Amino acid sequence: MKTNDVIFQTVAKIVFFMIIFFAIHLFFAGHYYPGGGFVGGLLTSGAIVLLLLAFDMKTVRRGFPVDFKWLTALGLLFSVGTAAGSLIFNVPFFTHAYDYFQLPLFGKTSLHTAMLFDLGVYLVVIGVTMTIIQTIGESE
Amino acid sequence: MINAPILPILIPLVAAVVLMFLSKSVKAQRIVSVAASAATVIAALFVLKKVRENGIQTVDMGSWPAPFGITLVSDMLSILLVLTASIITLCVVVYSFRSIGSGREAFYYYPIVQFLLVGVNGSFTTGDIFNLFVFFEIMLMSSYVLIVIGGTKVQLRESIKYVLVNVISSALFVIAVGYLYSMTGSLNMAHISSRLAEIGADPLVTVLAILFLIVFGLKGGIFPLYFWLPGSYSAPPAPILALFGALLTKVGIYAIMRTYTLFFYHDQAFTHDILALLAMLTMIAGSIGALAYKDVKQILIYNIIIAVGVLLFGIAVMTEESMAGTVFYLVHDMIIKAGLFLLGGIMIYAAGTSNMTKMGGLIRLYPVLGWTFLVASFALAGIPPLSGFTGKLLIVRAGFESGEYVGAIVVLLSSLAVLYSVVNLFMAVFWKTPEGELPKKKTQMASLFIPSAALVVLSVLYGVGTEAVYPYVMQAVDALIHPEIYIDAVLKE
Amino acid sequence: MEILMCIVAGLLFAAAVYLMLSKSLLRIIIGTGLLSHGTHLMLLTMGGLKTGAVPVLGENAASYTDPIPQALILTAIVISFGVTAVFLVIAYRAYQELGTDNMDQMRGMETDD
Repeated sequence: MKTNDVIFQTVAKIVFFMIIFFAIHLFFAGHYYPGGGFVGGLLTSGAIVLLLLAFDMKTVRRGFPVDFKWLTALGLLFSVGTAAGSLIFNVPFFTHAYDYFQLPLFGKTSLHTAMLFDLGVYLVVIGVTMTIIQTIGESE
Repeated sequence: MINAPILPILIPLVAAVVLMFLSKSVKAQRIVSVAASAATVIAALFVLKKVRENGIQTVDMGSWPAPFGITLVSDMLSILLVLTASIITLCVVVYSFRSIGSGREAFYYYPIVQFLLVGVNGSFTTGDIFNLFVFFEIMLMSSYVLIVIGGTKVQLRESIKYVLVNVISSALFVIAVGYLYSMTGSLNMAHISSRLAEIGADPLVTVLAILFLIVFGLKGGIFPLYFWLPGSYSAPPAPILALFGALLTKVGIYAIMRTYTLFFYHDQAFTHDILALLAMLTMIAGSIGALAYKDVKQILIYNIIIAVGVLLFGIAVMTEESMAGTVFYLVHDMIIKAGLFLLGGIMIYAAGTSNMTKMGGLIRLYPVLGWTFLVASFALAGIPPLSGFTGKLLIVRAGFESGEYVGAIVVLLSSLAVLYSVVNLFMAVFWKTPEGELPKKKTQMASLFIPSAALVVLSVLYGVGTEAVYPYVMQAVDALIHPEIYIDAVLKE
Repeated sequence: MEILMCIVAGLLFAAAVYLMLSKSLLRIIIGTGLLSHGTHLMLLTMGGLKTGAVPVLGENAASYTDPIPQALILTAIVISFGVTAVFLVIAYRAYQELGTDNMDQMRGMETDD
C-alpha cells in the first residue's frame, strides 16, 4: 500500500531530530541522573522507526547506510573493550576509572570510562532493535 | 594475573564480536573460531593449574568487595566443567565445517556458538545467583537462535515450544531469586550460604529448594519436566544437538549441584529424598524411551535423560563418595555425549536416514567408525576400564552404603538399559544385513570423523587415567562437601 | 502495600497462564510478556517497599529503599525485552513457514519430515 501522507511526513522529519536530541540528552544524563545507554538507544531506534512509518525502508536505508548487525557488533566491542581494559592495568575485570577535568565550554566535568561502556550499550540497543524490526518488516 | 577466571568467558565473547564483523567471509570465520576455541581451552588449562596450586580463585568484578559486587569464583568443579565445555566446543566447531551447511555458516552460526560458550562458561564460573540467571539467559538466547538457525519446518515448530518452556522457567528463576533475596538480603552465593546456615531448617528454605529444583530441572531435564527435551533436541542438526546434549542439560545439573550443596543442605531428609525419588523416575523414564525408539537421534537423546537421572541420584545421596562419583560422571558424560552425537551425525549422514530399521551394513564401508562407536557405547554404559565406570561405581557404592538400595539398583539396571539400547543401535546400523543396496561408493568422512574420534579418545584416556584425574576430582568434592571452604575463599574471612 | 503488590502480581500471573494456555501463538507471546511483568513486580516487592525515601542518598540516610531489586528488575526487563523480541521473530517466521498460528496444528512428531 502506497501512502502519501504529507502532514505525517513533514512532522516526522522535524520530530525525528527532537527525539534524537532528547535521546542524546538522556544518554549523557544517565551519568548521574535517570537515563543512560539503554533508554537512549531505545529512543533513538524509536525515532528511526518513526521515519520507517512515515517513509519506507528504502528511504530510511539511504539515510542510514549502516548495517545494523554491524552496529551491534561495534557496540559490543566498545562494551567488552572497556571492561577488558582493566586486564591491561591488572585490576579486577570491569573496574572503571574516572576523574574530573576542567574543559573549555563545559567547565568542571567528570569523565568516566563507564561512559564508553554505555556508548556500547547505546549502539547495541539501536542495532538489535532495528535488526528485529527490519526482520519482521522486510518481508511484507 | 588476578583476572585469570574471567579468561574462559572473555575469550569467546571477544571472538564472537570479532566473528560478527567477519560475517562476509566464511573462511575467516572458521579460522577465528578454531583459534578462539583453542585459546579458550588453553586459558581453562591455565586457570586449572592455578586452582590446583593456589586453591579457589575469585575475581571481584569492578573492584566491589565480595558480598556487594558480582564475584566470579573458579573452584575445581567450575574449572573442570569449563575445561570440558571448551574442549567440546572446539571439537564441535571443527566438525561443523563440513556438516553445518553454508547457509547456516553465513548466518552467524560461529559467533552464536561462541556466545553459547560464553553463557555456559559463565554459568559454571559465576558466584552470584542473579549473575547465574544472566549467564543462563545468554546461553538460552544463543540456544534459541541455534535451534532455529536454518529455518526448516521442524526446527521452527519445535523452537516455539523450546522458547516457551524456557521463558517460563526463567520467570520462575527470577521469582526464586527474589524470594531468596527477601530471606537473606544477599545475592552472593557464598554470603547466601552463610546467611541460610544462620536461618537453619526453615520451611520457607525448603519451599525455595523445590522452586530452584523446578527451575533447574526444567533446563536439566529431570523426570516430570523433561517432556520438551526429546522433541526440541531432535530438530537441529548433529553438531548443534551435540552442543545442546553435552552442555545445556549439564548446566542445569551443575546448578542443582551447586545450590543443593551450598544452600539447601540443612533439611536433607525432605529435599534430598525428593531428589532421589525424581532421580529414579528420571532413569526409568529415560530407559523406557531409549529402549522404545527406533530413531538414532531419539535413542541418544533419551540416553541424556538417563544420565541426568544418574547424576541426580549422586547428588541426592550427598556423601563424599557419591559427590566424587557425580563429578567424575558429569565430566565423563559431557565428553561422551558430545562424541556420541557427533558419531550419530556421521551415521545419519552416511545412511541418509535416522531410522535404524532402514540402516544396516555400514561396518563394511566404515569399519573404523563402527568400532569407534562401539567403544563410545561401552564407555557410555560404564564398562571398565572406560570412563563411565568409575563414576557409576562410586555413585552405586555410596548409594548402598547410605542405605539407598532401590536407587542404587535402579542405577545399575539403567546401565543395562543404556548398554542394550546403544549396542542394539550398533547392531542395527553397522552389523545387520542392509535391506536395500548399500551405496557402492564410500564418502570421505575424515573431516567429520577426526573431531568425533578425538572426543572418544579423550573419554578413553579419562577412563584409563582415572588415577591422574582423581586428586582433581577430590579437590572439587572437598569444596562441595565443606561449604565453608567455598565461603571463606569468596568472602576472604 | 506489599500485600496489594502480591495480589497484583498474582493477577498478572493468572492472566498470563490463561493466555499461555490458549491456542493462538500471539496470545501465548502476550502471555509471556505478562508473566515477566508479574515477575518484575514480585521482585520489586521482595526487596521491601519502604515509602518516602529515595535509594541511598548519602551515608547516613535514616530510611531508604533498597536499590538492589531495582537494578535486578532493570536487568530482567532488558533480558525479557530481548527474549520477547526473539520469540516474536521466531513466531513470525513460523507463521510464514507453517502457514498457521494455531498450536494444535504445530504438534508435529507424527510426520517427522
